[in-house]
Amino acid sequence: MSDFEVTVTDEGVGVVRPLDRLTMVSAKRFSGHVADLIGGGTSRIVVDLSRTGFVDSSGLGALIAGLKSARQAGGDLRLAAPSEQVTTILSLTNLDKVLRPRDSVESAF
Amino acid sequence: MSRDSPPSPAPQWLIRVAVLLTVVLGVNYVVWRWLFSVNWNAWWIAVPLVVAETYSIIDALLFGTTVWKVKRRGEAPPPPPDATVDVFVTTYNEPLDLVQRTALAARDIHHPHRTWILDDGSRTELHDWAEAHGIGWIRRSEDWVDRPRHAKAGNINNALMQTEGEFLLILDADQVPAPEILDKTLGWFTDPEVALVQTPQYFVNVPRSDPLGSQAPLFYGPIQQGKDGWNAAFFCGSNAVLRREALMQLGVSRYAQEVETAVRRALKTSDAVLANARDDLDPDDHRLRAAIDEVAAEVRHARAELDAGAALADVTYGFQQRIDAVTDRLVAEDLTALRADLEVIAGLEGAIAEESSPLAVLDEVALDRVTRREWSPLGALETVKALISAVDMSRDDEAQPVMPLATISVTEDMATAMRMHAMGWRSVYHHEVLAHGLAPEDLGSMLTQRLRWAQGTMQVMFRENPLFVKGLSVPQRLMYFSTMWSYLSGFAAVVYVTAPVVYLCFGVLPVQSLSSEFFARLIPFLVVNQLMFLVVGKGVPTWRGQQYSLVLFPTWIKSVTSAFGNVFLGRHLDFSVTPKERPVTDGPQWHLVKPQLIVIGALVVAVALGMVRLAVGQADPLGVWANVAWVLFDLLIFSVVIQAVLYRGPDPEPDPQEHPQEGSTP
Repeated sequence: MSDFEVTVTDEGVGVVRPLDRLTMVSAKRFSGHVADLIGGGTSRIVVDLSRTGFVDSSGLGALIAGLKSARQAGGDLRLAAPSEQVTTILSLTNLDKVLRPRDSVESAF
Repeated sequence: MSRDSPPSPAPQWLIRVAVLLTVVLGVNYVVWRWLFSVNWNAWWIAVPLVVAETYSIIDALLFGTTVWKVKRRGEAPPPPPDATVDVFVTTYNEPLDLVQRTALAARDIHHPHRTWILDDGSRTELHDWAEAHGIGWIRRSEDWVDRPRHAKAGNINNALMQTEGEFLLILDADQVPAPEILDKTLGWFTDPEVALVQTPQYFVNVPRSDPLGSQAPLFYGPIQQGKDGWNAAFFCGSNAVLRREALMQLGVSRYAQEVETAVRRALKTSDAVLANARDDLDPDDHRLRAAIDEVAAEVRHARAELDAGAALADVTYGFQQRIDAVTDRLVAEDLTALRADLEVIAGLEGAIAEESSPLAVLDEVALDRVTRREWSPLGALETVKALISAVDMSRDDEAQPVMPLATISVTEDMATAMRMHAMGWRSVYHHEVLAHGLAPEDLGSMLTQRLRWAQGTMQVMFRENPLFVKGLSVPQRLMYFSTMWSYLSGFAAVVYVTAPVVYLCFGVLPVQSLSSEFFARLIPFLVVNQLMFLVVGKGVPTWRGQQYSLVLFPTWIKSVTSAFGNVFLGRHLDFSVTPKERPVTDGPQWHLVKPQLIVIGALVVAVALGMVRLAVGQADPLGVWANVAWVLFDLLIFSVVIQAVLYRGPDPEPDPQEHPQEGSTP
């Protein structure tokens, strides 16, 4: 089953698109995709949340871990187009204050 | 279960009557003491005594508040369907057979789950054994090398990142779980706000007389049930089930908070750091001097952006990119200089084949970010390097950015539960023994363990005082504070043994007179206070606990002073893990209780001296007899240390059929 879509744009930006949910069940696979991108030399990554209906705190933890790896590789990890539920959990944990989501994948970098 | 079924507890109305009487009589006594009966001429003993008494009455009031809403829950609803569970057995250096016994029992828990040994000792034998028995084995990831390990909290935080169960059962290496432990506790999580279910810690290797005061029937009973009534049941580190979502949420929100604090702190102190770095430079090093000025300009830029409301991630990203540009330029300049030198050398040596030229090699060097930074002359300035890496989102000083279990204290449990409560999660105390543990079997280990618990509690009190933590209800604040308050009893204990000694030896009375009014106010309070204990603790032995709360005064005092030194003065805590084995040295360890033995000696001498002074007509009979009675009570309390020192551990083979039963049959 493929619950993630991973692409690299012409500008060399990696896009990870969780389809459906990013939770404790799928967080490890998400981290795997991020690690693959960085390992392949793509350290600028956008997590496209437009099709992600639900993110739990383990999912947020995986986003933070991904941010750390991307930064260590000289790049960055950014969030784009969060749904209402995701916006809510981001603000519940105050993560939105430090990691401000972008409106779209295109405007992320 | 090895205990007889306990007698039915006292009805709530009776507990409340006892509490109300204690409150009224206690306040009545202590107000009168302060206003009318302090002997200010002997203030050096009079003031400590009245302060100690006030301490004890506040302690009684907090206890009364705790038991006001004792919650007796009974059975949990059935577990939520499809609940996934990870069972963690935490170990550091415990003997293998001990860990293995617990791990096997954990594996055999009925409810579907995965079992993991969290081996902080990273022992190959344990890994091989676990693999052969279908049990998972987790050790610290490489990220923890050369970073703070945070003891058990770090061990669990590490495992949290490598597992994915919705719920976690946490077991110390010496807590053997019953097969039904999950079936009996998971049901409480059908309430989506419940983050924690704590069950009692009960020890099987303790004789009925419990000379080391290992069992805590008052705590794992009325106190936890009372805290539960106020939605403040504590997490006690083992025999508890936690909801992963709550822990992770805690970790993520702490990350957001701490990364911001760390960056702001780094930016704030950067002026001083950069000024120092500049001062340390060779005065002729204009190039590096200019580079530091550039860093300083970037710091100012970042500060301005943050103040203008930009998001931390964006500010730090921009900062890192611009610093990298500075670094790149410096490295490029160095390379150019190096190349020029090499060309000169090459020219001197004449014929060297073009392809083997060092120049070609140099150009091939793929400079990634890390080597770039290492090569940069800025990288040689340690403080500047640290400053730059601190202005980032990675929390590079810690092994992992998200730390769900609190790491501010050597006992991670209390702070973690308090933070969960502050975020609005609920906790449950499930009053049923579902794991059988091992208590320390000798005085030394017991003292180490108690010191550790007390130090952990004091660290939380100093670092995150519940009275000021945002998000807690007033009763929750009081419940946490109550436990911290009770650890301050060491100071009161010193006063309670000193005052009668001072009177019997020197005739100095800390109260104005031992009038009938004094006794009329004191005695009823003492009586109802004891009655309150009797009613609340109906059917459970509470005397040992009362003894140890005074007798271990050196431990309690040390916990306060060492935690204070640690939190405010940055000193080491001398933290040590509680040994689970008996020490090699045999024979009574009298030196461990020297202060207590001195107290006992002083009390005995004081009684003798008091009698002599009475015989020669130098003392007031009422005063002497009242103080002798007090001393006798003190001696009764302190007598437990003699028992404790002489205790040789449980009989090696006491009742052979009891122990196997507890581990293996449901």
